[in-house]
Amino acid sequence: MEHITLNHFLFVSISLFLLGLIAIIIRKNAIMVLMGVELILNSANINFVAFSRFSGNLINGHVYTLVVIVLAAAEAAIGLAIVLNLYRLNQNINVDEIDQLKN
Amino acid sequence: MNIYDLAFYVLAFITILSAVIVVFNRNLVYSAYSLLFTLLSISGLYVLLLADFIAIVQIVVYVGGILILLLFGIMLTQEQVKVPVKANVVYIALSMLSIGLIAAFLYKYLFTAGNINLPNLSGQQGTFISGKSTIKYIGNELLTNYVLYFELLGMVLLIALIGATTIARKENNR
Amino acid sequence: MDQLLINLSVATLFIPIIGFIIVLLFGKRFKKLFLFEVVLLGINLLLSIYIAIVKLAYYPMQKFVSEFTWIHFISTSKYVPSITFDLGVMLDNVTVIMLFVVNLISFLVHLFSIEYMHGDKRYSRYFAYLGLFTFSMLGIVLTHNLLMIYIFWELVGVSSYLLIGFWFEKWSAANASKKAMLMNRVGDTGLLLGILILFTNYGTFTFDKIFQQIAAGNLPFGSYAWLTAAGILIFMGAVGKSAQFPLHLWLPDAMEGPTPVSALIHAATMVAAGVYLVARVFVMLTADALLFIAVIGAITSFIAATIAFTQNDIKKVLAYSTVSQLGYMIMALGVGAYSYAFFHLVTHAFFKACMFLGSGSVIHAMHHEQDMREMGGLKDKMPITFWTFIIATLAISGVPFTSGFLSKDGILLATLAFGKLTGHWLIPIIAYSVAGMTAFYMFRLIYLVFFGEPRNHHKYEHAHESPIVMTLPLIILSTLSVFWWYSLNPIDPSNGVFLEKVKTPNSIVPDVQRFQFMIQDKAKEVVNNITHSELYMETLHHFHYTALAMSLILAGLGILLATYIYKWRKIDVDALAEKIKPLYLFSLNKWYLDEFVQIVFVNSALKFSKALAWFDLNVVDGIVNGSAFVLRQISALGGLIDKYIVDGAVNLTAEIIGVFGKGFSKIQTGKVQSYVLYAVFSIILLFFIVKFF
Repeated sequence: MEHITLNHFLFVSISLFLLGLIAIIIRKNAIMVLMGVELILNSANINFVAFSRFSGNLINGHVYTLVVIVLAAAEAAIGLAIVLNLYRLNQNINVDEIDQLKN
Repeated sequence: MNIYDLAFYVLAFITILSAVIVVFNRNLVYSAYSLLFTLLSISGLYVLLLADFIAIVQIVVYVGGILILLLFGIMLTQEQVKVPVKANVVYIALSMLSIGLIAAFLYKYLFTAGNINLPNLSGQQGTFISGKSTIKYIGNELLTNYVLYFELLGMVLLIALIGATTIARKENNR
Repeated sequence: MDQLLINLSVATLFIPIIGFIIVLLFGKRFKKLFLFEVVLLGINLLLSIYIAIVKLAYYPMQKFVSEFTWIHFISTSKYVPSITFDLGVMLDNVTVIMLFVVNLISFLVHLFSIEYMHGDKRYSRYFAYLGLFTFSMLGIVLTHNLLMIYIFWELVGVSSYLLIGFWFEKWSAANASKKAMLMNRVGDTGLLLGILILFTNYGTFTFDKIFQQIAAGNLPFGSYAWLTAAGILIFMGAVGKSAQFPLHLWLPDAMEGPTPVSALIHAATMVAAGVYLVARVFVMLTADALLFIAVIGAITSFIAATIAFTQNDIKKVLAYSTVSQLGYMIMALGVGAYSYAFFHLVTHAFFKACMFLGSGSVIHAMHHEQDMREMGGLKDKMPITFWTFIIATLAISGVPFTSGFLSKDGILLATLAFGKLTGHWLIPIIAYSVAGMTAFYMFRLIYLVFFGEPRNHHKYEHAHESPIVMTLPLIILSTLSVFWWYSLNPIDPSNGVFLEKVKTPNSIVPDVQRFQFMIQDKAKEVVNNITHSELYMETLHHFHYTALAMSLILAGLGILLATYIYKWRKIDVDALAEKIKPLYLFSLNKWYLDEFVQIVFVNSALKFSKALAWFDLNVVDGIVNGSAFVLRQISALGGLIDKYIVDGAVNLTAEIIGVFGKGFSKIQTGKVQSYVLYAVFSIILLFFIVKFF
């Protein structure tokens, strides 16, 4: 336990964050984008918990994490509903094709 | 090297590996399943961080709820005709550049920061005794200091419920 | 009392102009309004008689002056003096006599015109114009300064223009009035120059002030030459107005106007204005100026007399006779016989007006026939006209017991003395020959018109004596042509009533510039109130009987010759005319002076104005049009610049912005992923900014 410092957890967190960012930016499928979002949220959660643990075993980080998890759930639901609509519209869920607000 | 460190390294490795597979795999379903493993190993990391309740909630909500939802979504939105997607080189280059830059400075700060010593704030915010579970304390906080967030979360879930059904509803005879 | 007289004279000045305005405005509507004008003139006459009697009887030696400032230019710079224009009235013996003469003849002409102009379509306007003329003439007479004289001088010219061209539908009448106006203007230019020389040097227009300054030794521009020049230039005005030698051509043509107008303006009053002006400035004329004046007067009288021999129109004969007599008056002024000149002016006014009105009566009776060759034997048909005309003709011929004899004899005597004392003998020779010629052609007129067999029987049948309105003026005027009113002595007027009141004034020119004979002994002057030198008075006395005899002889010869030719028909005139054809034609065609003026002055002026018109049309207009053309091209160029460059700049800016806009709008891809990328980029950017700044 003493050899695993906050930095290690932060490394994980950063990696997950970057990977999630890559997923959002690069992937063409809408579901993949949502997965990227989940990854990022998770990285944020790890951050919260790690910091609360290393700030003297506080409980506040856990509460925030709970909030984030609930919000992630709500957001995933709505996001999928939107994706379903999108599928109905285009018969595919390629995010490159939803550029109605272009220019 | 004690078990804790080993557990951490293993779990961290699985997390990152799974996340890489999630991001870079062409197959959507493979990505979804990889996401499962990611979430599970994150849950393991929570345990290592003495966040027992959060670990469980992670599994129940994330894996059992959100991932299932995503799988349903994948199932319902399969492409009938595969259209070859043209890769926008400029876009990819720019994104690589930007990601690279962010990665650069984030990692740099991490590695040059040394051991981060955070102040011990346990006296002000309430502590928990190791060995006992955190659920009692979370419940306590939620209903006393963070009751507003608790209520709002209920609101949000309600709205998400209504919103999702409304958006995803089939439109007959409007 | 003097204020009363001044006020009355100003009243006489303004009464006619009121008549003018009222008759002009309302004459068309109220047909009898002309009688109002006549009545006004009658009032004027009575006032002038009153003024003349009071002044001459009770204040013969005084001069009443009243003036007021008309314009005062205040100068704010020390280089330019303040200028004051004064207007004023002066009552002198000469003034009140002229007042009486002008008003009397004007009134008689008004009376005469009631019948003469009857039925004319502009009847009322004629009377209005007569009122305007009377006003202008009285203005000249009453004034005490040169500015006012000039103003009224021009007004008289205008009235003359209006009245000569009264029947302007006739081309010859319109032309004659234009000619009169233009020739007058030529003279007036000289008058203006003279006035300005005096004004520049003395700063005032008033006669008395100018004369005071000259008497004090203040010569214009410091030299006698300028004084002589001023005098001669002012005389130029008289040359124009009184029809002296180069500018006399308008007077015969002015006979196109109605005969009463000729009587009023061109016999008695307006033409006398020139003589009056010279009389007013007499005291400042140097010897050279006086000589010039005398010579011009002599030449004029000679030329006019020779032309009058052959004229066939009764009015033309009278016109040339007027020119000749005016020459006499001017000549008299030139030789220094101021009082005789003025005397002749008054007597001439009466008998010439009488003759003109008499001829008007004849013309009216003969239904506007003016050629004497159509007349004849009218003495039985028109007795009153005949007898009054005879009396007037005797006066002009210088037959004793008439007023004309007294004045003419005085002039001839003065010229003789002048010739003796200065050696200029030509002047008395011309004067005497003209006297003989005058008698001749006037009696020729009498014989042709009133005696012999009527040559046009048709007109003769219809001729009858004119009504009383027309003959009354004739009677009055002929009565005034006898000697009795002017001097109790029919031969020598010097001690008579008239000459007592009108004395030759003292010249103010320095002695060196005067005729020696005129410079009187200062000691004797005050005592005897004579203004000529003793030598002069002796010479006059010496020549008195000679002059008398010579004038009687010449008058008698003239009358005899006329009777010989025209009454007794002893010489055939036409054959005589054939023999001396060139001379005859020369006289008949007025010495060809009109043609000379036409060719030399008028045609060259017309050619010059044609050249100027060509210049104006082609060069000036060409420049204007050319510049307009250039301007149009420039503005077209400007339009092009505006369209392509200016608008182009604006459009270019818009284009650039559009291009930028389009370029930037490519950022808005509509894809969520690119927006996320932008967000990421922005974070990096912010981070760098925060870290390094």
